Amino acid sequence: MKKTDQILFFAFSVCILFLPLILKESYILHVFVFIGINTMLAIALNLLLGYAGQISLGQGALYGLGAYISAILSAKYGVNPWLGMGVSAVIVSAVAFIVGFPILKLRGHYLAMATLGLGIILYIIFNETVDWTGGPSGFPGIPNLKLGSLTFDNDVANFYLVWFFALITMFLALNLYQSRIGRALRAVSDSEVAARIMGVDAWLLKVKIFAASAFISSLAGSLYAHTVTFIAPASFGFNFSVELLTMVVVGGLGSVFGSFLGAAILTLLPEWLRVFHDFDIVIYGLLLILIMMFMPRGLAGLVSHLKAKVYVESK
Amino acid sequence: MLKVSNVSKNFGGVAALRGVSLTISKGTIAGIIGPNGAGKTTLFNIISGLYPQDEGEVFLEERNISFLSPEKLVRLGLVRTFQNLELFGRMTVLENVMVGLHTKSSSGLLSCALRLPKQRKEEKRIVEEAWKCLELCGLAEVAEKEAASLPLGQGRLLEVARALATEPKIILMDEPAAGLNTRETTGVADLIRKIRDMGITVVLVEHDMELVMEVCDHISVLNLGQKLAEGSPREIQDNSAVINAYLGED
Ligand SMILES: Nc1ncnc2c1ncn2[C@@H]1O[C@H](COP(=O)(O)OP(=O)(O)OP(=O)(O)O)[C@@H](O)[C@H]1O
Ligand SMILES: [Mg+2]
Repeated sequence: MKKTDQILFFAFSVCILFLPLILKESYILHVFVFIGINTMLAIALNLLLGYAGQISLGQGALYGLGAYISAILSAKYGVNPWLGMGVSAVIVSAVAFIVGFPILKLRGHYLAMATLGLGIILYIIFNETVDWTGGPSGFPGIPNLKLGSLTFDNDVANFYLVWFFALITMFLALNLYQSRIGRALRAVSDSEVAARIMGVDAWLLKVKIFAASAFISSLAGSLYAHTVTFIAPASFGFNFSVELLTMVVVGGLGSVFGSFLGAAILTLLPEWLRVFHDFDIVIYGLLLILIMMFMPRGLAGLVSHLKAKVYVESK
Repeated sequence: MLKVSNVSKNFGGVAALRGVSLTISKGTIAGIIGPNGAGKTTLFNIISGLYPQDEGEVFLEERNISFLSPEKLVRLGLVRTFQNLELFGRMTVLENVMVGLHTKSSSGLLSCALRLPKQRKEEKRIVEEAWKCLELCGLAEVAEKEAASLPLGQGRLLEVARALATEPKIILMDEPAAGLNTRETTGVADLIRKIRDMGITVVLVEHDMELVMEVCDHISVLNLGQKLAEGSPREIQDNSAVINAYLGED
């Protein structure tokens, strides 16, 4: 990790630590629980899209798969939710690993189509296997996570629970960026042929990072299931995959802090845009187009651009 | 060192290579020249494992390397540079060279994400080695620049620096001096000799005849996918078939 990122990460963690003391039991704290979950999901997608340059439109469904496996294990089979969370993550990343081999042979639009297909298939499974998932009407009665006598059933506890995982995710992603594997991923993104000439097994690496992305998404899904205690397929559909894509693009491809910014804005946005109702996907689409046209490096890019400007002018 | 045996390649109706055979001896600078579209880059693409050939075989130190993937070949000591720069544009110059050390390091996904002590030690070593390559190629001053922002001359040098980082036995250079001015070309010539003196075999594809005649120990000429001639620079300069091929084109 770069020195500036280390300092930024430390400062960010401290802010998160004290946030509940400032926000108390407010609605915004409640929203921050979801910002944490979405930060994990955005980073998971960023590993693929921002680091390795590979698109995935199936992220929402991998998130859903983690949520459903956790729900089924804990509510139907009485498995300890912590254990269930780990088992889900292993299963979901194994699925991604296996599916990844054929899918990640594809590039560009074809990869987008294939991951979209994966998302649709899983979405149909969530809807149709009513005995397991409860179908479209949802899956109620998922137990909360517990730690000793502490039950994660209120906003403050959930906030710390989710952000514990989100901060770890951020930390690991930041480490990865400036490392042998992070460079190999970015090399594949910039020129796959040159990366292969340098000895990077691009295909295997892409499959591995897809599996890692699925692992994180699954953890986020489990956290969602256990904090909300009710899940339904609608949360894991195509719309949400596009929302995640928008978060990553708004925040900036390859930027971990950008993913947080993107997640924060896109999680708060619906609260502000209630008036538009059902048109949210149109807003995301517009946002994607505008950012791609005018700010291809997202908010993170804008920040470093402004920093450079201030630096030059102060000279 | 490297032996190409009777290699052919067709792209649809275009016969890019027709039964080309070459032998490149260890420790030499071997030139491959020929008019545009002669098949030089295609030959490199086949040797380096990017394209499968339709016919023929390639041997590296007696070992049959036909159809091996590029990521395997670099581990056997064969690397190449690209005529149309294939740099990692959004990474720094230093990082580009660090990718060249991929096979000389082993940290996996987990140890990278966790930043284990072993990984940190390895990372230090990677940085040190990468700096050596940058210094060798005269790129130390631009180490922290984004690769995409480099002028052509430095971009071509970075292609070489990154390839050298893999510690190759043989390096295939595809037009390392194309588009460079005289001063830059002299720099490239010096660098190529330095590389040969390090014990690395060089295969040089180049249009700059002065450079080729000056540095190469042996030259092969391709024309329309076939080998037209081979010999010492002197012999090639005097070869009438070669002169005709070039004059015919101009
Ligand atoms: N991927 C490809 N698909 C189709 N045709 C190709 C491909 N690569 C090369 N060719 C064709 O094969 C022939 C040889 O091209 P090649 O690039 O090997 O020539 P070259 O000797 O490197 O030329 P130059 O000096 O211009 O670089 C050309 O006719 C070219 O159009
Ligand atoms: Mg060429």
